[in-house]
Amino acid sequence: MEKEIDIAEKKYNWFTMFWSGFTSMSSMSKTLWIVAIVKLVIMFFILKPFFFPNVLETNYDNDADKAEHVRTELYEKVQPSE
Amino acid sequence: MDLLSASAVNWSRAQFALTASYHWLFVPLTIGLGLIMAIMESLYVKTGDEKWKNATKFWQKIFGINFAIGIATGIILEFQFGTNWSNYSWFVGDIFGAPFAIEGILAFFMEATFVSIMFFGWNRVSKKMHLASTWLVFVGASLSAFWILVANAWMQYPIGMEFNPESVRNEMVDFWAVAFSPVAYNKFLHTTFSCWAVGAAFVVAISGWYLLKKRHTDFAVKSMKIGSLVGLVAFVMLAVTGDGSAYHVAQKQPMKLAAMEGLYEGKEGAGLVAVGMLNPARKNYNDEVDPYIFKIELPKLLSLLGYRDINAFVPGIVDIVDGGYTLPDGTTSLSFQERKERGLKAIQALADYQVAKEEGRDADAANHEIILRENYAHFGYGYLETEEDMIPNIPLTFYSFHLMVMIGMYFILFFMVMLYFLYKKDMVSNRWLQYVALWSLPLAYLASQLGWVVAEVGRQPWTIQDILPVQAASSAISAQNVATTFILFAVLFTGLLIAEVTIMVKQIKKGPESEGLKA
Repeated sequence: MEKEIDIAEKKYNWFTMFWSGFTSMSSMSKTLWIVAIVKLVIMFFILKPFFFPNVLETNYDNDADKAEHVRTELYEKVQPSE
Repeated sequence: MDLLSASAVNWSRAQFALTASYHWLFVPLTIGLGLIMAIMESLYVKTGDEKWKNATKFWQKIFGINFAIGIATGIILEFQFGTNWSNYSWFVGDIFGAPFAIEGILAFFMEATFVSIMFFGWNRVSKKMHLASTWLVFVGASLSAFWILVANAWMQYPIGMEFNPESVRNEMVDFWAVAFSPVAYNKFLHTTFSCWAVGAAFVVAISGWYLLKKRHTDFAVKSMKIGSLVGLVAFVMLAVTGDGSAYHVAQKQPMKLAAMEGLYEGKEGAGLVAVGMLNPARKNYNDEVDPYIFKIELPKLLSLLGYRDINAFVPGIVDIVDGGYTLPDGTTSLSFQERKERGLKAIQALADYQVAKEEGRDADAANHEIILRENYAHFGYGYLETEEDMIPNIPLTFYSFHLMVMIGMYFILFFMVMLYFLYKKDMVSNRWLQYVALWSLPLAYLASQLGWVVAEVGRQPWTIQDILPVQAASSAISAQNVATTFILFAVLFTGLLIAEVTIMVKQIKKGPESEGLKA
């Protein structure tokens, strides 16, 4: 059984809690952190900029141009194809 | 132009479906386990029994693995909105933006903050503070789901907005109508209970495995009791909220209801298909082939579920396409051709409005705006070529719905039997039931996925019901690009899933007494 700490006597501040939490992690917790960080790096620094550009943000400078592009798209898509 | 093709749309749809399906493997367990560990910790705080504390800590470790691997997988869906669905994103921007922003700022950060206290705070904050943190993790995850489901519900039942022809956007005029639409809150409840159900099935399955291995039997029985109680409540409530879903679908998406039931010819006092097999020889919506090879129906139940009247008329696919039946509001339904004509009028009016504005003909612009508003409810039909385009995949919707319901019924019975054996008999010696508990887990995940198949396949071709079909919502990008990212995601998510299962199995094998995750 784990020893209960007398909270009233031993004042922990938030920093202490997080610091001791991070520094005493098990190997599995460290593995999970690595997996999560690698995943986020892949998502935000590889997939997002190289594979998932925002089409409207990339090609148009202002809202009026974006609106005009979408308006044209919405109109052209009902035209019969050749 | 060759950039825009049907295959690009279909790749985009497939990619979204793949990403959402993988994401939905992680979310239900986060919410479901969140509830179960909060209940267990409450029992620990109330009774002081260390066994409940150990049980809580074990399930928190499993929760932590799922949380760490699954975190932010949903963000990829947002990437796809900007790339593959840019017309859609612009068209709905304001309405989608608000719930997503609230989800990101409030719910997710709340969840993330209290997760760290939950893991790092044992013996470092008071028992009550820790318990509150555990509950707030569950509440935060549920709130996060709520705002995402509000956005999804709006797509199924667009409400609280006004279309601005100047900005080509639907702009929110009533936040509360969007946030608390009847479809949204029912969808939230139904989806949340499905998460509880998956969490409960998971806990019971892992506990069943421990009993089969004759390890940690006291822990396993305790966990099974909580899991089975949560599971029974969840599946009963899924039936109740499923009834609410059927009602809303009947009112707002009658084609989806017809697809769920394989109902081609509408009728008064329609029965609900309990078991049935569709006839693959039926190729078109209006041919004369019997749609079923066989079916067993519960008389009048579909009318009762859909319209709260055992003799109500339930329109079939043919009725919805041909129109002419009386709608719940007393008006007469329009045919596909009438709606298509009105959709084309609305689309033309949108284009004419802008031309008139640019040429300074304000009176003409105002007239075009009036035409647009009068026909806006049918806007999306202008993009559909034939009647078949407004019909979703019937076999996929039908079988997904019926299999989901059958699994739901199975689990109600399963958890009742589990509780009987847990409280009245000796669960530890019933190996057959332990095997059933273990092997029922895939069924819970399957039902959870099938629910989304029914909701999303059943509403095709619409991204926004009646307003914007998929072909108009998609970006003008090449199919090859989308296919490439589809494969990238398939590899990434499969890798994550393998990592999750591997780490989780390792942790489960260590068991509840292992220190494993010290954090």
